[in-house]
Parts: sequence; C-alpha cells; structure tokens
Amino acid sequence: MLKDLFRKQKKYATIPTEATKNQVPEGIMQKCPTCGTILLSKEVEKNEKVCKVCGYHFMMTAPERIQSLVDDGRFFEYDSDLISVDPLQFPDYQKKIKQDMEKTDLKEAIITGEGTMDGYPVILGVMDPRFRMGSMGSVVGEKIARAAERAVQKRFPFILFSASGGARMQEGALSLMQMAKTSAALQKMNQNQVLFVSILTNPTTGGVSASFSSLGDINIAEPGALIGFAGRRVIEQTVRQKLPDDFQTSEFLLKHGQLDLVVPRLELRDTLVKILELHTIRG
Amino acid sequence: MSNYLPFEKPILELRQKIDELKAFTTEKDIDFSSEIDTLEAKAKHLETKIYGNLTTWQKVQIARHASRPTSVHYIQEIFQDFIELHGDRHYGDDSAIIGGIGKLNGIPVTVIAQERGKDTKDKIARNFGLPHPEGYRKALRLMQQANKFGRPIITFIDTQGAHPGIEAEERGQSEAIARNLREMAGFEVPIICVVTGEGGSGGALGIGVGNRLLMLEHAYYSVISPEGAAAILWRDASKAQEAAEALKITAQDLQKLGIVDEIISEPKGGAHRNSQLMAQTIEHILCKHLTSLLPLSQSELVEDRYQKFSKIGQFSSTAVFEGSR
Ligand SMILES: [Zn+2]
Repeated sequence: MLKDLFRKQKKYATIPTEATKNQVPEGIMQKCPTCGTILLSKEVEKNEKVCKVCGYHFMMTAPERIQSLVDDGRFFEYDSDLISVDPLQFPDYQKKIKQDMEKTDLKEAIITGEGTMDGYPVILGVMDPRFRMGSMGSVVGEKIARAAERAVQKRFPFILFSASGGARMQEGALSLMQMAKTSAALQKMNQNQVLFVSILTNPTTGGVSASFSSLGDINIAEPGALIGFAGRRVIEQTVRQKLPDDFQTSEFLLKHGQLDLVVPRLELRDTLVKILELHTIRG
Repeated sequence: MSNYLPFEKPILELRQKIDELKAFTTEKDIDFSSEIDTLEAKAKHLETKIYGNLTTWQKVQIARHASRPTSVHYIQEIFQDFIELHGDRHYGDDSAIIGGIGKLNGIPVTVIAQERGKDTKDKIARNFGLPHPEGYRKALRLMQQANKFGRPIITFIDTQGAHPGIEAEERGQSEAIARNLREMAGFEVPIICVVTGEGGSGGALGIGVGNRLLMLEHAYYSVISPEGAAAILWRDASKAQEAAEALKITAQDLQKLGIVDEIISEPKGGAHRNSQLMAQTIEHILCKHLTSLLPLSQSELVEDRYQKFSKIGQFSSTAVFEGSR
C-alpha cells in the first residue's frame, strides 16, 4: 500500500503553500485575546498558532492546517474544481461567495485530499472557518462524501477537521440534506471497517456537530473550542437561566462523555500518528 | 372562529352570510335559495382562489395550526394493533417522540413519530414536540429492533426542532442526531418518512433518513426556522415571512429541489378541515410506497437510500476538459 503511494507522489503538489504565503498577517504583532500578551506574529505562526504564554489556540486556516500535518507539505487535493451555485437565488449569496473566494483564495469552505503522515497514507478533510463561517452547503457535503467514498476504496483512514457554524442557510434544505449525505457515506466507512477520526476545532456547531463531526471512531477536540448543537443565545432564551462558564467547550464535552480526547494542537500530530499506527498493525 | 387564519377571513365572512340567510329562511319562512346558491358558488370560487395560491407564510401558518392533526391521530387512524414501546434504556422516556409496533394494511411495521401534543397539559408533557437526546436514542433502539426483525419503518416528522437546552447538550444532542443519520442509512428494511407539519432542521432529519420522503401539501421543512433566519439575515425576527420565502421551505419547493418524492394532498384549507380524510390519504400513499419497496433486497434497500441522498445537492465544476480527479 505504501509503495503504491510513493509511486504516485509525482502527482502530489504543495498546493496550499501558495495560499499560505498570500495570508500575510495584518501586522507584525498580535494580541492574545485570552491573556492579553503581545506576541510576534512570526512566533505565533512558528508555534502552530498557539499562544506561548497561555496556550490559547488561534484560528488556523485550512492550508495552514494541512501544511502542519502532511509529510513535507505534500498533498494531493481532491475535487478542487467543485464550486457553489445559488440554487435558491438567495439574497446576496453569490456576492458573498465571491467575496469569500477573493478574501481566502479558497473555492469553498473545505479542502479534501490525501497525503502521508510519518509515512502513513491518510485522507484529510479540513474546513476553513473564514469561508462562509465554514458552513456546509452542497459543495462541502459532496466533497466530504466523496472523500469518505475514496477512503473506502483505498482503505485509507479519513481524518476530518471541523470548523463550522453549521448548515449553510443560503442553500436551504439542500444544506440540511448534506448532513444525511455525509453521514450515509460515513456509514459505508463504518461497515467497511475503515478508520474515521473526527477533530473538532473552534467552532463546531449546529448541523455539522449533529452529523459527521460527531461520528468519529475517535472524536478529538482542540482545547477551548466551542462545540454544540444549539446556539448559546437560543438556549438562554429557552431556559432563562445562567449557563455554566465552560458551557459547550471542549472540556465541558469531555466531562460529559461526548469526546474521546482533548488534545492541544502542538501534540495533535503525534497523537494522530500514534492512532494511525495502532490501526495499521493487525493481528 | 379561532379556527380561521387571518387570510381566510373573506371565506369566513361569506360562510357567515350564508348561515344567516339559511337561518332567515327557517325563521321567517322566506325563500333565499337562489341567493344562497349564488353565495355558495362565490365561496367555492374564493376557496379555490385562496387555497390554491397560498403563500409560503400562509402554509407555515397552516402547518402550525392549533387544530392541525398530530401524530397520535394518524397512528390511531392508520395502524392496526399499535403497541407503544417506551424508553431509550439509558436515560429516560421522551414523550416528544412516540415509538411502537403495529400493522399497516396487515404488514407489521415500526412507527416512529414526533408528537407536539394536543391540549396545554399534553403539550407541556411532550415538550411541544421538541425531542431530547433520549428521544432520538429511543427511536434508534426501536429502529434497530425493526431492522433485526425485518420490519419496515414509518416515521412521522412534526417538530420545530430538537430541544435547545443545557441538559440536551450535556447528554449529547448532536451525537444522538448524528448517530441516527448514520444508522438509518444502513438499515436493511424499507424506511418511509412523512413530514406532516413542521420539519424543523436537524431535529426533524434525526428521524428522517428514508428511502422515500413524503410531505403533506402544506407542511414545511427547513434548515432553520423562518424566525431564526430573519434574525440572522436582517436582525429582525418579524421579517420571518420574507425569510420563509427565501429559504424555499414548502413541499412544492422541496420537490423541485429533488428532496421530496411525493406530495400528499390535503383537504381544502388544510388537514384540520378533515382529519379523517387526511389519515386515509396518508395511509393509501404509505401503502403504495411500501408495496414498491417490499420487493427490494436488503442491499438494494440500502443502496436505494444511499443513492437518494447522494444525488441531493447542487454545484458546478470549474474543470471543463477533465473530470474531477
Ligand atoms: Zn495567551
């Protein structure tokens, strides 16, 4: 299996590097929203966008995430040709898609593809919260379903990083149905005993948390991420009581048995490689 | 009178006039029959005009109508020998979801239904049809049981959504819904889902992954409530009517989008005008679809369902000369 992969490496390209280069931070300095420390942007980036003082996890873009995970930054992207249409002729939707494309240099809110991690072949999906808040419309659903189908064909593990506000309102019920489409594709993986690891990053809410991101054989969250089904404001209006301070955080979910692990970003790659190794050795 | 919605007022007024004339006829012994006939014809014409051209918002009002029949009624009318089965075996019994076994036209089936409740007391007991995780887990347990014994599954969807609350989050509302989506995709029995009233987002879909998705004529099914969408879009929940139009949430819209397989006609004015007839129509159409699914093998049923959801979605490709890979 590994041999096949290396033979194919000519096809691999370091696509996301370009996109990463274009994401020049506004300033040389950044202020940590949690501890208030002024940090050098360069340093923050070197530290996988984690605050050196308090461990706050800054937002990571999809290209940055992929670069931080795959061997030598080599990544073969799937379905990069898929772009959103405006099936409902929803007010301002096309305009907003265009704006986000220009702003992020991405075509949609997720990048899928394959690469290796310490030599282990993996299929990766990484959502980008900058694009329509990482919401799931037809393209996101289709890309995830196709990635899961490829995982079954190739028998490669699938690691999916969620960062999403939920289903994309502007595509109406079509978005809602992507929850079923992606979950059905994961059922195929499940029945074929192919490993699915879900990584929940800030934020993972609504229709995304209520579909594929909760369906990992192993569910891992980054520290301090907002994860939940219903929005905080909606819950406050319903229950009319103060919500716990840590409500809907990774730590809250872990405490209530909804997660396997909370892993800091700087340890995440090692943890994933260990999991990949444990699923490669068979008796 | 409270049975009438604002847009039905012209019909109501005509009907009242007809009733007055009829009363006159008996009281004063004057013959108004020709006047009554004219008004009757006018009323019929008006009904066809109003009910034939309902706006999205008017449909939402019908779907939410206080007298609209709920799942309890349909279960009673459609299934024979129904036995309700309770509990998720982990936490509790959520009465926002009814589950059980019974017969549809002689064939044993498992029924899963969201129930919003009849009167105030019942509504509170059923949490207005907003399920908690234990509701979805009860549904899952009973669907797994159906799968084990080869029983078809019929689900009735009627909820504003899954319950938004602290305990629901603690017990894993997301996971409960997500697991149902995945497991329903894998069951080797026919699954038919009917949206009877409100299809509120993920909370509705949590019992909604079927080989067939049917919708009552005035039901709606949406990714977000019209009020919620209006609040996000225009920071103004009172613009729900506009949001409802933009979201394309009617049965007719969803059929055009390739999501709904068949629309079940309602009696003129809505299901509540003749709930008996409504139940009969649903039964008839359920039987038709079940008959078409029964000959399929277990793997064909799973594949049929997979294909149904695979096809849903619209996008385009920038690749002109080569495929996506
Ligand atoms: Zn800090």
